[in-house]
Amino acid sequence: MAQNQDKRKTGLSQPRNIATLLSVLVPGLGQFYNRRILKGFIFLLVAVSFLVATWDYLDIGIWGLFTLGTIPREHHSIQLLLQGLISLIVLFFGIIVYIYNIRDARKDAIAREEGRKKPTLLKGMLDFYDGGFPYFMIIPGLIMLVFIVVLPLLFMLALAFTDYNQYNAPPRNLLSWVGFDNFVDLVNIGVWKDTFFSVFTWTIVWTVVATTLQIVLGFFLALLVNDKRVKFKRTIRTVLILPWAVPAFVSILIFSALFNPTFGAINRDILSQFEIMIPWLSDPFWAKIALIMIQTWLGFPFVFALFTGVLQSVPADMYEAADVDGGSRWQKLRHITLPHVLYATAPLLIMQYAGNFNNFNIIYLFNEGNPAVRGQNAGGTDILISWVYKLTFETNNYNMAAAITIIMGLLVMGFAFFQFRKTAAFKEEGRY
Amino acid sequence: MAMGRKTKSKIEVAFIYIFFLIMFVIIGYPLFWAVMMSVNPGTNMLVTDLFPDNPTLEHYKWLFTDPNSNYLTWYKNSLFVAVLNAVGSVVITSLIAYAFSRYKFIGRKYGLYMFLLLQMFPALMGMVALYILLNTIGLTDSLWGLLLIYLGGQIPFNAWLVKGYFDTIPKELDEAAKIDGAGHLRIFWTIMLPLAKPILAVVALFNFMAPFMDFLLPRIVLTSPENYTLALGLYNFINDQFSTNFTRFAAGAILIALPIALVFLVLQRYLISGLTSGATKG
Repeated sequence: MAQNQDKRKTGLSQPRNIATLLSVLVPGLGQFYNRRILKGFIFLLVAVSFLVATWDYLDIGIWGLFTLGTIPREHHSIQLLLQGLISLIVLFFGIIVYIYNIRDARKDAIAREEGRKKPTLLKGMLDFYDGGFPYFMIIPGLIMLVFIVVLPLLFMLALAFTDYNQYNAPPRNLLSWVGFDNFVDLVNIGVWKDTFFSVFTWTIVWTVVATTLQIVLGFFLALLVNDKRVKFKRTIRTVLILPWAVPAFVSILIFSALFNPTFGAINRDILSQFEIMIPWLSDPFWAKIALIMIQTWLGFPFVFALFTGVLQSVPADMYEAADVDGGSRWQKLRHITLPHVLYATAPLLIMQYAGNFNNFNIIYLFNEGNPAVRGQNAGGTDILISWVYKLTFETNNYNMAAAITIIMGLLVMGFAFFQFRKTAAFKEEGRY
Repeated sequence: MAMGRKTKSKIEVAFIYIFFLIMFVIIGYPLFWAVMMSVNPGTNMLVTDLFPDNPTLEHYKWLFTDPNSNYLTWYKNSLFVAVLNAVGSVVITSLIAYAFSRYKFIGRKYGLYMFLLLQMFPALMGMVALYILLNTIGLTDSLWGLLLIYLGGQIPFNAWLVKGYFDTIPKELDEAAKIDGAGHLRIFWTIMLPLAKPILAVVALFNFMAPFMDFLLPRIVLTSPENYTLALGLYNFINDQFSTNFTRFAAGAILIALPIALVFLVLQRYLISGLTSGATKG
């Protein structure tokens, strides 16, 4: 008989399932069932006030997200879209609290089934503080992150599937969802197609060439400064870091003036000695050359500083061993220095590529993406991000700008993928 | 062997120094040129000289004394945003980094992935939405709105950086404190924060400098000249009549670049070690 009593009830009549079910039906009810009255009351209060406070907002938001409004001039599609996205986020957090409520009811019920004593009020609150502590720490930042970074990205994502442009803009017109039309237009319609492919190609060339040049120059200089025979290392380092220390927008604007064909010093003072005049700003090819040179100037000091730090950590006995084996200088560089340095800095180097891919400042400040090119709606030196800027703030082609942003986002994910693989942090996750 | 090993080595070193010399010229020339432009009299770029016959400080005077100049207002605006941004970002990111470095909680791993991913999406990608959002809460053309965007946007990168640094602080330290009865916040305050001072200084410095250097966000958020930050104000200086205002721009730019460069060069060692320890081991 004792065995029979010991056998727990199974199925729905088991307390843990009853508590779970009750909390699924009404948040807090399961806690009441567990005799955790205060906790149940708090959950109930939170749930009711959540619903009362947000019901109307969520209702309109979700409706707006699907329809984008039905009456022109009265419904503002963009505001509805924004409200819809915020509703989704609020709902997401609501659901998390709801799930937490269910899990909590189940956990307490299991504790009761096992005959553990109900904790005192103080103990319960302490437990809550303990378990919830990391969440309290991240909540302020998380809320900012969600509304300032994530929400805008979601909004751009949504815009790419609408027909929002200069001619079709709220409040005068209603927007509608158009599926992948914008992407199809981007690769099919003459002027968009031409522009997209030329801007895309230049973006890739720009990212690869400019970043690689700054890394190679930075690495080379770090090797030279690290040479035992070189004196005045500190002074040399300080001068080499100077371009990093001067705010980039100042240097870029200075270069923009230096390269100016009428009064810039490069043509007027230097190249004129050799009777050469180069149209730095009006010819796309030369503008691109200038941009790559400027970016190398701006970007190598960071890489140089980084490598200088890492080079000093290469164990000296590895070189000594190589010397014993009669390794040449080139072999030592290839088989000891390079692997060591690249392994330690790979994540930051990938960030350099990603940074140049999105390097709006230099393109825009140097020449605003110009010179203009016939048959294109982007300038000759525009990269994707500066093109997006122009489409948004100059010609109000919001839908196309958003579509291009998504394509950029996918490419950036590629960088991120490499980053994840190279980042050691996740290999150490077992620590905690 | 006609040429001894020593001679060969000497020639090599000579070439290294020559290369450095070339680099110095390339680095120094644009900066030197800008300084010389700023002491050229008049605002007409076509008659400027690298070594003007009668150098003058008139442009510097103009920035501070002319009634048409907003330079001091811009400096004040930038300083306001910079200080609050530095303080706010240190507070927000150190809290987040502490949670991610020392606690195991649901969503931790995805949070870390999210930070890594969001680092690479520049704020510009969500610019339209940010503008509309600020509009709905009435913070367009306001320094507070700008500050809010800076504070939110810096989180992914800096939280990652600080978390990496926190990870290098031995866990035994806080475990010992826990045994002594210290609470979560006490450990954070008395152990983590003092030990993490170098990286927190880096975060503060980066975020202090950002409002002085950024030009894009202010351009989108701020519309009236009395709200401009320095970068935006100076850009607008030369944007309209480039060839006629560059000398003034140069003067204004040098007054920003000088303090920033000095702080930077003084703190460079901390910057680099903070970056490498936070990001490479991160």
